[in-house]
Amino acid sequence: MRDGESSVLDRFRQGDVDAFETLFRLHQRAVYGWVLRIVRKPDAAEEVTVEAFWRIHKAHARFDPRHSFEAWARTIATHAALDCLRSHRQERDSLTDSFAEPPAPATPDPAVTAEIRNKTALAFGRLPPRLRVAALLAVVEELPYKEVAEALGISVTAVKLRVFRALRLLRQDLQQQGITP
Amino acid sequence: MNTHDQDRIQQLLREALPPTQPAEPARDLWPAILQRLHAPPVAALRTVPLFDWVLAVGLFAFVAIAPATIPVLLYYL
Repeated sequence: MRDGESSVLDRFRQGDVDAFETLFRLHQRAVYGWVLRIVRKPDAAEEVTVEAFWRIHKAHARFDPRHSFEAWARTIATHAALDCLRSHRQERDSLTDSFAEPPAPATPDPAVTAEIRNKTALAFGRLPPRLRVAALLAVVEELPYKEVAEALGISVTAVKLRVFRALRLLRQDLQQQGITP
Repeated sequence: MNTHDQDRIQQLLREALPPTQPAEPARDLWPAILQRLHAPPVAALRTVPLFDWVLAVGLFAFVAIAPATIPVLLYYL
């Protein structure tokens, strides 16, 4: 780690707002991009990014400068995004907002109609948030299980289990709608 | 659910929800963060979880019904 960056991290740990701004400028794009992968709506991703950096600032004294700031920030952002999904889940109207009109895939499978894609997206939106996030990151974004586990603060086995449960519930939901994957 | 089913549902999910493209915020978020940092703290009453309120009300009701238990409760606090 470079001396300048190390000094910024030390000052951030002591609560220096200028150092916090430097870190924010360095990492905001990565954090926003990560959050967007989870909440899938740009405006919600912006709100969650603000919330995440606020939590990061609140937790400044707990940061260990020997570890990666990016990984630490990503974990905090993941939890902020999960909280966002949970709060939206309580509002039934916006439950499936993020998944209501999924964008068309780059190379669509001709056997999968737009209606099936839409129903799959809506069914996915009905899954419990913690299962949904694991499946989004591991299956949709195709990130390594280890990376997903670190972001969620759980073991790789737990991530695999959550993904399996998410896929099983999704399959059951689709079957109830008469869609056999 | 066998491996084939799992692969099929994964494929369907990727069809329904394509991966997000790299993006950045449409606006500078720093002013919003500064505003958040300088906002007065939320009233303590609003930050107490509902469960804690239920517990407190239950405890208060219990003590009101059976005041003889107060020394026992104090002993365990």
